[in-house]
Amino acid sequence: MLSSYLTMAAILFCIGLYGALAKRNAVVVLLCIELMLNAVNLNLIAFSKYGVVPSLTGQIFSLFTITVAAAEVAVGIAILIALFRSRGTVEIDEFDEMRR
Amino acid sequence: MDSIYSQYAWLIPLFPLVAFLIITAFGRSLRATSIMVALTGSLIALMLSILVLFEQMGSGEEFSERFTWMTIGNVQLSMGIEVTHLTSLMLVVVTLVSFLVNLYSMGYMKDDERISVFYGYIALFTFSMLGLVLSENLLTMYVFWELVGVCSFLLVGFWYTKPEARAAAKKAFIVTRIGDVGLLIAILLLFWYMPDHALDFASIKNVFDGQTGTIAEGITTLIAILIFVGAVGKSGQFPLHVWLPDAMEGPTPISALIHAATMVAAGVFLVARTYDIFEASQAAMNTVAYVGAFTAIFAATIGIAQNDIKRILAYSTVSQLGYMMMALGLGSLTGGIFHLFTHAFFKALLFLGAGSIIHAVHTQNIQEMGGLGSKMKITAWTFGIGALALSGIPPFSGFWSKDAILSTALDHNPLLFVVGLVAAFFTALYMARLFFLVFTGESRSKAHAHESPAVMTVPLIVLAVLAVLAGFVELPWSGLGFLGGWLLPGEEVVHHGSELVMVISTAVGALGIYLGWLIYVKGTISRDVVSSRVPGLVKLLERKYYMDELYHAVIVVPLRGIGQALQAVDDYIIDGVVRLTGAAAVWTGRAGIRMQNGQVQTYGLITAIGLIVLIVVIVGRRFW
Repeated sequence: MLSSYLTMAAILFCIGLYGALAKRNAVVVLLCIELMLNAVNLNLIAFSKYGVVPSLTGQIFSLFTITVAAAEVAVGIAILIALFRSRGTVEIDEFDEMRR
Repeated sequence: MDSIYSQYAWLIPLFPLVAFLIITAFGRSLRATSIMVALTGSLIALMLSILVLFEQMGSGEEFSERFTWMTIGNVQLSMGIEVTHLTSLMLVVVTLVSFLVNLYSMGYMKDDERISVFYGYIALFTFSMLGLVLSENLLTMYVFWELVGVCSFLLVGFWYTKPEARAAAKKAFIVTRIGDVGLLIAILLLFWYMPDHALDFASIKNVFDGQTGTIAEGITTLIAILIFVGAVGKSGQFPLHVWLPDAMEGPTPISALIHAATMVAAGVFLVARTYDIFEASQAAMNTVAYVGAFTAIFAATIGIAQNDIKRILAYSTVSQLGYMMMALGLGSLTGGIFHLFTHAFFKALLFLGAGSIIHAVHTQNIQEMGGLGSKMKITAWTFGIGALALSGIPPFSGFWSKDAILSTALDHNPLLFVVGLVAAFFTALYMARLFFLVFTGESRSKAHAHESPAVMTVPLIVLAVLAVLAGFVELPWSGLGFLGGWLLPGEEVVHHGSELVMVISTAVGALGIYLGWLIYVKGTISRDVVSSRVPGLVKLLERKYYMDELYHAVIVVPLRGIGQALQAVDDYIIDGVVRLTGAAAVWTGRAGIRMQNGQVQTYGLITAIGLIVLIVVIVGRRFW
């Protein structure tokens, strides 16, 4: 039972990783990061139910993650809006300030 | 009587050294001063040497002094001087010829721009040669041995704008190096086998003279032959003689000083100085004698067919050095040194005379000279005296020394006696050819010949007097051989006094000259009597038995091939690895630049790939 959850989580994580690395739209990248976080959440819950030592801590931890992720998305979207206002675009490869 | 002057013999080399230093420091701006400095230095050295010689000829004791140079472990290397009868004689020969050449060069090199450099080199050479003569042990002698080689290199290549001079200088240096390696190995062997690692000549004499058997016979022979290899290189003996004729590209006074009188005689001097080693091994003695005899006849035959006046004299020098070696190999130290002594004077005279001729007609080809006898009387007379001395006509000095060698040869080895006679015949023939072509007959030169200035003729006259008189120090009759008894104190000197040898050698010399006169003056015998019958033989002699070509094909070309192959390895493999390392760093840098493009996604991708690689490595190692 555990392995199918883990496989599901891994697939989800890989999709998220691919999107985060390959998509040009910054909003989609943010979404993909959420996808990866959810894959992690899925893992935490699967281990808390079917793990070697089942414990509720995992589920609490995933709730905690969801909260932090919500906050993070709020900050991320805010930054994106600020960027869009100053640069007029959300294409992620337009932002290469780190090179300088 | 104590040895007063001999104690100060160490001063003798210092004067030329000081002269060299002064000239090197200030000479470039002061031409006249540098000449005077060099002249003064060599004159003082000459005076001191004569004082030392007179003292040694009187009751002066042999003198040696040394101090420790360095200590390695418990081996002490020393430096020092030793004044023996032999070295005091050499001192005078070297300083006298050096002084006369200094004087002569004032005229000969007058118009040369680098005359002060020239005088500096001569002073350095004189210092090195005197150091070589005075050295008390083999190691310091070897140092000076190399120094004279360097000076020879510098002076042969003095006119370095001429490609032939450059090539000749290189050849002289490289070919003598081959011999020097032999000498170096001999010194190392001696160092290894001698008790207390002593390298001084006194200890060598004790060890090898005493027949104590501390050193095995095979090793003795090996050491002696290796020392002889060094002498072969320096003295232009048979396999390594090829550099000496080419060295004639240098200025003529240099040919007289270095390549006739002093440096090339250093090989003979070396053998004489370590004579006890040779005497301990009959095989080594035979090697010396046969190599010397072969060189004598080999070079003499080449001399007949050459047309360059200096090359003829150079081959003559090679031949006469062979004579000296032959004498040493036959056990006659006196004969060898005696011939070295007389040869130094008459060969220097001949070279300086040749310089005077070249100065007048501006060519070295004897076929383009002729009729110079009436225009250059002093040169012609002195040159004639030198030629007669070299041809062994009594009472000139060359006769007595050649006679001493030939009578020894007759006693010990009749074959070598015949070889020596034939060489003497050829010597007389080529000297007659040279003399008659240059000084008699019609002038074939376009230049307006004139006698050289006094600074050039005075040395000629001095040397001519010596060439006449030098032979009387050792007459073949009992009680009249001063040199032999003096050189080998305490040893019974046998005087052969064979009138037969004197008559034969005079006859052979006279026959050679007569034949030369018939061919080149009278014309009774046609000049191409040989070349028309056997053209191959003449060609063979003109091309010097193809020795240069042989060495070129056997040694130079393969070595050059190996060199090119090695250079290719260096260029492509060694340099390739170096370039590859550099390029790898550059490529890494370029890749790094490309990676830092400010794109977060690229950074993320690289991080992800790195993580995967890390995982694969760690997991993979578990299954390894």
